[in-house]
Amino acid sequence: MKKSVFLGALTVAGLAAGAAAAGTIDDVKARGKLNCGVTTGLVGFAAPDANGEWGGFDVGVCRAVAAAVLGDPNAVEFVPTTGKTRFTALASGEIDMLARNTTWTFSRDVDLKFEFVGVNYYDGQGFMVPKELGVSSAKELDGATVCIQTGTTTELNLADFFRANNISYEPVPIETNAEAQPLYLEGACDVYTTDASGLAATRAAFENPGDHVLLPEIISKEPLGPLVRHGDNEWGDVVRWTLNALIAAEELGVTSANIADLSASAGDNPEVNRLLGTEGNLGEMIGLDADWAQKAISAGGNYGELFEKNIGENTPVGLARGLNGQWTDGGLLYSPPFR
Amino acid sequence: MSTLSDPPVERFQLSQLINDTRYRSYTFQFIALILLVLFFAYLGSNLVNNLREAGLNISFGFLSEPAGYDINQRLLDYNSQDSHLRASFLGLINTLIIAVLGCFTATIIGVTVGVLRLSNNWLVAKIMAIYVEIFRNVPVLIWILIIMAIFTASLPHMRSFHGDDPENTFALFNTLAVTKQGVWFSEPMFSRSLGEISLFGSHSLRFDVSLDFVAIIAVLMASFFGARAWTKHANKVQQETGVRPNTSLVNLAIWFVPLIALLIILGFYLDGPTLTGRKLKPIDDGIYLRNSLIALWFALSIYTAAFIAENVRAGILAISKGQTEAAASLGLRPGRIMNLVILPQALRVIIPPLISQYLNLTKNSSLAIAVGYMDITGTLGGITLNQTGRAIECVLMLMLFYLTISLSISAIMNAYNNAVKLKER
Repeated sequence: MKKSVFLGALTVAGLAAGAAAAGTIDDVKARGKLNCGVTTGLVGFAAPDANGEWGGFDVGVCRAVAAAVLGDPNAVEFVPTTGKTRFTALASGEIDMLARNTTWTFSRDVDLKFEFVGVNYYDGQGFMVPKELGVSSAKELDGATVCIQTGTTTELNLADFFRANNISYEPVPIETNAEAQPLYLEGACDVYTTDASGLAATRAAFENPGDHVLLPEIISKEPLGPLVRHGDNEWGDVVRWTLNALIAAEELGVTSANIADLSASAGDNPEVNRLLGTEGNLGEMIGLDADWAQKAISAGGNYGELFEKNIGENTPVGLARGLNGQWTDGGLLYSPPFR
Repeated sequence: MSTLSDPPVERFQLSQLINDTRYRSYTFQFIALILLVLFFAYLGSNLVNNLREAGLNISFGFLSEPAGYDINQRLLDYNSQDSHLRASFLGLINTLIIAVLGCFTATIIGVTVGVLRLSNNWLVAKIMAIYVEIFRNVPVLIWILIIMAIFTASLPHMRSFHGDDPENTFALFNTLAVTKQGVWFSEPMFSRSLGEISLFGSHSLRFDVSLDFVAIIAVLMASFFGARAWTKHANKVQQETGVRPNTSLVNLAIWFVPLIALLIILGFYLDGPTLTGRKLKPIDDGIYLRNSLIALWFALSIYTAAFIAENVRAGILAISKGQTEAAASLGLRPGRIMNLVILPQALRVIIPPLISQYLNLTKNSSLAIAVGYMDITGTLGGITLNQTGRAIECVLMLMLFYLTISLSISAIMNAYNNAVKLKER
């Protein structure tokens, strides 16, 4: 009995590893649907609306990839994943790509055998506390009870931060953002910590967002980006350059408003022409239609449009562009050239 | 002359393996075994090949790497620089704590409810029936979450103990504080402590044993045997002379006099909880049980108790009514009939399914992460698995741990079952 249980688990693992090796792009085309891993619900990044339609900043990336590969931004099967299940889901082939506030780290890239295709949001870990606590710096949090999402890099950053500052705390590990929210609001923990963008998104969903403050300390670098499995470079290229196309489109002034005109015929800007497929054969090189990038950008607009629509300053989440501006505006977004 | 010849020596022929009923079953069992072994060997090699193709290898080296995360409720010393093995060990201890506490309370509640459900009092019987049906028909995860939600929603915040004119003060002569975060109560301390011995030096599995605690256990065991010897002596005297020496008072003295003497020698006092005067951590010292532990413990206990109650009821109903009537005709009161006649016989029916319930409770404790209690599934199967990405290794270890715990519970309970079962001579 003991032996059979043991080996049964090995079999499952063995089969899972076997499934991961095939060409993902062919699988997606054959299936006619992109399986995209997202969060279980984080307002602004990935959350279903009242009609059950997924929307958000990360969801926008999924839709752009689906539009580029399949020509239909709605041909996406969204798979909600928790911090714990996301990597297994990707490694086992259950999802084709993961767009879920996932921090690009050395060990995830190298040891877990994933391929981060770029960064779609430059983030850092912050703290949110109730205003009535009267705390103005994270260094005053000695003895605090801290709610934290388990299975994330934030857990390790938190331990490092408190150790470096030689103050004590009590971690309360929580599986998902949705579970953490009531615990924090009920006062079961004094502090909620996660990526600053996630905190802003969470606070936006509160009844009285004004009662809570984000502390000024950002204790880590959290470059969040979409990722795919290691070893399937063609598929990695598709996702990487779809993301780059969104970023480049903003830099080049291609928006969902003018994209129809710009792609009708070759214009004056050769890079725009190459991007939109009216010149050159970039689409053929990547194994997609010539107008792949045009479809990707039309899906939800360029990077800047996605940002403003989902998490920008006019949305409840209310994030400023900051580091996530184009390099021409002093931000970190910099797409390699399309040529 | 004898005409007798030796009986013909029966020579074994290969065809007998199939044709001879003495060997046939062995032949087929052997073939089945070979096929089974081949099947598992194929699965194993399949796994190894696939792992190699994916560039992964099975290695347990990560266990000695620093874990990097903290654990809230813990019995032993630990910090984020300790190894993953240490973190797993603490998780294992947390699992064992919840399993032991849960089995203990579930048994007490279960036996009480099971007996009361058979009560002649209509109201009591119906209330117990409702309890059983409600608790065993809703998934235990829901109970864990409901109870946790009730705790966080209804109990006062820790900060309500803080300030010049606090809303709440410690209860029970300053020894107890019940809050949203958890429960603080006084910790037994010894001013003339015997100290403690550290086992395993600085290894990941190190732990300290308090000698005070060992001394108390030793005295209690001595009292137990002393009390038993006195009862035996009293029985003997009663049989010989017909006069029973006083047992209850003497036994009480045997239990408590040495214990109190020891506590005085050790300088026993209660410490904490205390107010720190700080807003963020207003209460400190004493023993702190987080609500996650209490909610999990409580939920697992009442859920499993509903099943145990049914086992107990089945066990009691399996004893013929004649036993009760016979005992009653001897003049025994109902309480004594239950304790002296019915339950000892019913135990034979109750124990085997009770083992299953203990195993269920232990395995259900892996739902702990739902309320943020760091058991072995939360540490080894949760954070360690996630941070190292060593899913296969972690899951294998997890299975091994649960298997070991479960088999140990089975072994202990089976031994107990053998002790109480009907002795056939």
